[in-house]
Amino acid sequence: MSEPILEIRGLEKTYKGGTKALAGVDLTINKGEIFALLGPNGAGKTTLIGAVCGLVNPTGGSIHAFGQDTAKSWREARRKIGLVPQELSFDMFDKVIRQVRYSRGMFGCPPDEARIEQVLRSLSLWDKRDAAIRELSGGMKRRVMIAKALAHDPELLFLDEPTAGVDVELRRDMWRQIDALRAAGVTIILTTHYIEEAEEMADRVGVINKGRILLVDDKDAIMAKLGRTEAHFTLAEPLAKIPADFLDYPITLEDGGTHLIYRGGDGTGKGKREVAELAQRLPGLGIAYTGLETRESTLEDIFVDLVEQGAQEQAA
Amino acid sequence: MMNWRGAIAILKHELARFFRTAFGSILSPVLTTSLYIVVFGAAIGGQMDPSQFGGASYGAFIVPGLIMLTLLSESTSNASFGIYMPKFTGAIYELLSAPVGVAETILGFVGAAVLKSLIISAIILVTARIFVDYEIAHPLLAVGYVVMVAASFALFGFIIGLWADGFEKLQIVPLLILMPLTFLGGTFYSVQMLAEPWSTVAQFNPIFYLINGLRWTFTGSADVPIGVAFGFTLAFLVLCVAVIAWIFRTGWCLRE
Repeated sequence: MSEPILEIRGLEKTYKGGTKALAGVDLTINKGEIFALLGPNGAGKTTLIGAVCGLVNPTGGSIHAFGQDTAKSWREARRKIGLVPQELSFDMFDKVIRQVRYSRGMFGCPPDEARIEQVLRSLSLWDKRDAAIRELSGGMKRRVMIAKALAHDPELLFLDEPTAGVDVELRRDMWRQIDALRAAGVTIILTTHYIEEAEEMADRVGVINKGRILLVDDKDAIMAKLGRTEAHFTLAEPLAKIPADFLDYPITLEDGGTHLIYRGGDGTGKGKREVAELAQRLPGLGIAYTGLETRESTLEDIFVDLVEQGAQEQAA
Repeated sequence: MMNWRGAIAILKHELARFFRTAFGSILSPVLTTSLYIVVFGAAIGGQMDPSQFGGASYGAFIVPGLIMLTLLSESTSNASFGIYMPKFTGAIYELLSAPVGVAETILGFVGAAVLKSLIISAIILVTARIFVDYEIAHPLLAVGYVVMVAASFALFGFIIGLWADGFEKLQIVPLLILMPLTFLGGTFYSVQMLAEPWSTVAQFNPIFYLINGLRWTFTGSADVPIGVAFGFTLAFLVLCVAVIAWIFRTGWCLRE
């Protein structure tokens, strides 16, 4: 499983204006996985993708794709890499099928109408094949971008914010497409700031901020390691201090003692168990509560924590 | 290894863009040229003394100049728009991420621009025949010369397209430099008709040599020796190739 398809070492990029977009990125992507790169705007996601795909000249470090240095064997590497950029960018007046043929040709593949039909059908674009791209809806246009990227049968596919600005239905649709690609053996790297997306799709997640990778791990491992349960007990009577019996629990009193808050757990269910214990024991101690809300932390919370932590460390 | 399929894909895409707008892109230069021939060639030219133009009629005299006028503006603008448009729409990402190098890029964009301007020039040449009787003294040399000029100026346009960061810059060179120089370079007159110092000044106009080079292949005589005109065109071609080689070596304008 863990055969590397892409190895990035010490990658740096400083733009002409002096902006440091990548400050030494190390990242290994395994064959067949879906990797989600998370990060706020301006974190370096697009620059990182650009460096691998040939849009950006790195100022330091190395990139090996399929075991070969992309700076030297760029032709071989690029033949096997596909890119769907964030912006819709193509010749709007061209017909759908022509654009897809054009992409296939540009990547050096022999014409293959059957394959092009297959790609267009898989993206529900076959009926629109002779339409000018500008006549299509936004969602359809985005699919044309994907069709273009798939036209040369890439083994490694980059999706830069594939679902930015698309409606819920189309996003679900996009996820199904990505699943189908994974089933076909394509390795996928997607950037997103929809945490839901990473949570839904990815095998592994990397968090990038200010040009540095803060964390890379299996999605489930991250959730287990950093997952938290949060419970709010609304108390009938304010408490002055935390009862001695509960000092072992990670609880605090807030809003003048009217709320008892539990923040703990590790993503393995420990948090839920402890909250259940609290709920059972509170009435025994004569503490009545009128409301209880619990929430499992999402990747989003983890992500926000990480980014804030990183910012604090840098400030320190 | 050269990605021929990639170069051909770009070439076909560019030609498709041309044929999509064929009505405008062919009709407008044909109409303009016809108007020049009718107005200058027939109406005014009829009053002129043929001995000033090497014995040919004035109409026949201006045909090579008009071909050159179209050739220069079409080659330049086709190539500059060709490479500028993907920069403008963002579609350049695909070119940069594809296994396509400098050679394929130039072959595709410049090749298509050359083909387009050759097609238009041929149509104009045929149209001109309706209005004036002209002879082509050295047809093979004429074709070779036209191809060389088209290639040089398509490369020149390609450079402008790489350099331009807005539509204004795209227009500035053809409109403010190329067009005046072509008009002043003897499209409609022989520099021998000019008084000093203007006949000397005209010799500093590079396009003067191009027009006279083509005119020589048509009529067998021109204001400058054919060797000078050919040498000049060749030098411009080499200069454009050198500039492009330098641009791509430094990654200028396309890759960040």
